[in-house]
Amino acid sequence: MTDLTALTIAEARDALAKKDFTALELTDAYLGAMEKARALNAYVLETPEKARAMAAASDARRAEGRVGPLEGIPLGVKDLYCTEGVRTTACSKILDDFVPPYESTVTSNLWADGAVMLGKLNNDEFAMGSSNETSCFGPVVNPWRRKAADGSIDPTPLVPGGSSGGSSAAVAAHIALGATGTDTGGSIRQPAAFTGTVGIKPTYGRCSRWGIVAFASSLDQAGPFARTVRDAAILLKSFASVDPKDTTSVDLPVPDYEAAVGTSIKGKVIGIPREYRVDGMPAEIETLWSQGIDWLRAAGAEIREISLPHTKYALPAYYIVAPAEASSNLARYDGIRYGLRVTGDDITDTYELTRAAGFGSEVRRRIMIGTYVLSAGYYDAYYVRAQKVRTLIKRDFDLAFQAGVDAVLTPATPSSAFGIGEKSGGDPVEMYLNDIFTVTVNMAGLPGMVVPGGLDAKGLPLGLQLIGRPFEEETLFQVGEVIEQAAGRFTPAKWW
Amino acid sequence: MFTAFRTAKPSQYLKGATGDWEVIIGLEVHAQVASNAKLFSGASTAFGGAPNDHVSLVDAAMPGMLPVINEECVAQAVRTGLGLEAEINLKSVFDRKNYFYPDLPQGYQISQYKSPIVGEGTVRLDMPDGEVVEVGVERLHLEQDAGKSIHDQSPNHTFVDLNRSGVALMEIVSKPDMRSGDEAKAYLSKLRTILRYLGTCDGDMDKGNMRADVNVSVRKPGGELGTRCEIKNVNSIRFVGQAIDYEARRQIGIIEDGGTIKQETRLFDPGKGETRSMRSKEEAHDYRYFPDPDLLPLEFTQAWVDELKAGLPELPDAKKARFIAQYGVTPYDAMVLTLEKASADFYEDVAKGRDAKIAANWVINELFGRLNKEGKSIEESPVSAAQLGGIVDLIVDGTISGKIAKDLFEIVWTEGGDPKTLVETRGLKQVTDTGAIEAAVDAVIAANPDKVEQIKAKPTMAGWFVGQVMKQTGGKANPQAVNEILKAKLGLE
Repeated sequence: MTDLTALTIAEARDALAKKDFTALELTDAYLGAMEKARALNAYVLETPEKARAMAAASDARRAEGRVGPLEGIPLGVKDLYCTEGVRTTACSKILDDFVPPYESTVTSNLWADGAVMLGKLNNDEFAMGSSNETSCFGPVVNPWRRKAADGSIDPTPLVPGGSSGGSSAAVAAHIALGATGTDTGGSIRQPAAFTGTVGIKPTYGRCSRWGIVAFASSLDQAGPFARTVRDAAILLKSFASVDPKDTTSVDLPVPDYEAAVGTSIKGKVIGIPREYRVDGMPAEIETLWSQGIDWLRAAGAEIREISLPHTKYALPAYYIVAPAEASSNLARYDGIRYGLRVTGDDITDTYELTRAAGFGSEVRRRIMIGTYVLSAGYYDAYYVRAQKVRTLIKRDFDLAFQAGVDAVLTPATPSSAFGIGEKSGGDPVEMYLNDIFTVTVNMAGLPGMVVPGGLDAKGLPLGLQLIGRPFEEETLFQVGEVIEQAAGRFTPAKWW
Repeated sequence: MFTAFRTAKPSQYLKGATGDWEVIIGLEVHAQVASNAKLFSGASTAFGGAPNDHVSLVDAAMPGMLPVINEECVAQAVRTGLGLEAEINLKSVFDRKNYFYPDLPQGYQISQYKSPIVGEGTVRLDMPDGEVVEVGVERLHLEQDAGKSIHDQSPNHTFVDLNRSGVALMEIVSKPDMRSGDEAKAYLSKLRTILRYLGTCDGDMDKGNMRADVNVSVRKPGGELGTRCEIKNVNSIRFVGQAIDYEARRQIGIIEDGGTIKQETRLFDPGKGETRSMRSKEEAHDYRYFPDPDLLPLEFTQAWVDELKAGLPELPDAKKARFIAQYGVTPYDAMVLTLEKASADFYEDVAKGRDAKIAANWVINELFGRLNKEGKSIEESPVSAAQLGGIVDLIVDGTISGKIAKDLFEIVWTEGGDPKTLVETRGLKQVTDTGAIEAAVDAVIAANPDKVEQIKAKPTMAGWFVGQVMKQTGGKANPQAVNEILKAKLGLE
């Protein structure tokens, strides 16, 4: 039998329908691959028994003619998603061995559509990070490795991006057919770019946030990782739903995203924002961007230079809004009701000891920044101004869309994947700069997708980002597939 | 609707060593919204139950849980706003008030800070001297209650009961318009009456479903405002009066001794009848308010507000005005009758088709008096409106005298039964047979020739004769008939 883990979701779906193999066989293939890939540290919890039971149940449903859109498709779940009866930690010590008695809405949707859970995927602690190095379970290793000038493989372990580093690595390494991610400032798109996978952050409100450990509520959004644009479209259809338990979710019909894949983009207007040409951007990124523009023009799109003048304020404003919300969202981890508790002399002592022991340094840093910017006397200078910036960023995009732009094309990241430890030691701003092209999308609540565009000189994947109008994810899948067709797909050479 | 800054009447001044002082009072009342479910979760709001019985995943602030606004709580806040003749804000915002405490699972309370659901309104107080005092309402906002920390169950542990956690509260903030403990008590009492009429809060202060934070400062009459102290969580109307009286005296004492008042939060100790410092302004929390990103701004239409308005019951002020006009009762009696909606309904049942003033007299003096004495509510009254109406009927048609009616009321109260039947079976019927009364009058006259002589000089003596005749007839003689016959026989015309 061929390697079942090489198939895409669309291919596996069709083969399962033709009874070429069973869901259990497919799941077993993945469980076997996961076992061999533990060096990647992508999974923080493998759930083989549950996976096999779910796969068997899927086969039973199929035998009865009940076939969901994701019937028998094995997926990995970012550890930020609460999974009923399965340990959920957000990769933080503070949650200890917390086992939720409830299932997040998004994963409930996936299981209801027939998908199989393989396990829980590593991420930056509370999704705070761009390299997966802040996880209490240790860093994830990118399945991609650098090529030295002489063509030999450099064994330096690289980061898979973050915060959804376990998800991106697992999909790239074929130890999950697809994965869930969350994106607050780029946590799906940047890791997708670093691993040659497709990742989409849908419009804010497209997916329910219920049951997903909150980082920054006004920015967090769930989305899928996949190996192809079509697969991402298939997954998003199941992710998206209006949820009465999340009043920020939006009651709009969920389109058949897959139907948009492969349709012509002739006449579509693609905006190229001049402000995304930042100082010190590697020539390779610039070249890739130009290449992307050429591909889309060749496919019949109209290319238009646009201006998004407030772009440069996005990152600083993001690092006010996100920590502010996080400082409040993480107040519930106090050692009283669940998770870690370090008992002190009195209640204040218990809080302090518990939170000092439970939170890692990056989470503590952001709680402190957030607490500071919300404090009396600083609130107006920081938080209120950041929210005003946010409004201006959104308006920049609104004006572009009103002028007829269908989607915006930008680089995904300012570099390819870097080495573990290379950026985590010193100035945190260096790490924060990873999100420079992605945070605007969260600030404006727009959908953004990253599609692999090519490899750099070191043989590492680079991504292109497409930004769309609110709730017009279909356009992203449509345009993204054109890039995918032109660029091809990228799979890391297996070394693990 | 801005109420001019009132100056107290001289009769309200407190006398100090250096002269008169004026007390300035504002109240922040927390009223639990009457609803079946909590403000942002589906958990029950029922009082009692085992600790932590009524706690949802949201109330316990489990990871990934999100608040969903309970529409009924919003409607109740709007109804209350309408009842306070207040501005209703069609758009308002929920904010997070951040602080750590074990009975606050989220680490923040969801409240409304800059944009409350209800703006300025008015509460009118009927003071016993007939004065009507208008107290401005600054705002009303919705917020979550905290859970309960229980410190007295174990020497080493504090227990937490989250049943209350997340229950909807309305915080109703008055303007600093009150000038005495009595006015503050009247305000709280009137507010309670309005909320109970509206059905938006049961006003049960014993259960903590309504409690007040009292802001008190003192100044020289009409002078510069003084520094205020806030007395937290006073849980009875009586204690509000006591706390204000104590606190005003304390502040006057400090100032007159050359000291200054520190802005601080204080607690009222009902046992000692005094307030004591809880925390100073410097120790106050920085709550780091910011709009709750889990909740969109709360928006509704004027049409919805109008619909709620159309469904409001008649409110105390309107009912009082109607009672005065329709039943001809005095303003004071009207106020007493309308304090509770159930009492007003009871009165209207008694007054229906009857002499409304006699009905008012019997409801207020006999029934309310007796209920108060026995600590019963109108709902627990052993005498129904129909029974009391029956008694009134028997008085009006002359079957029984007022005095016998009181005896009859006692029988109905303790034993129950139909008043008319009781009058028959117990022989309480008034003697209107003039022959029998004449006989009794004759007997009294015959037995007291000396008194007959005296009355000729002093006609007010007639009362003594009436008393004697009533005694003879066992109180059953019709007093009017007795009067007439006496006057005729004694030639008093």
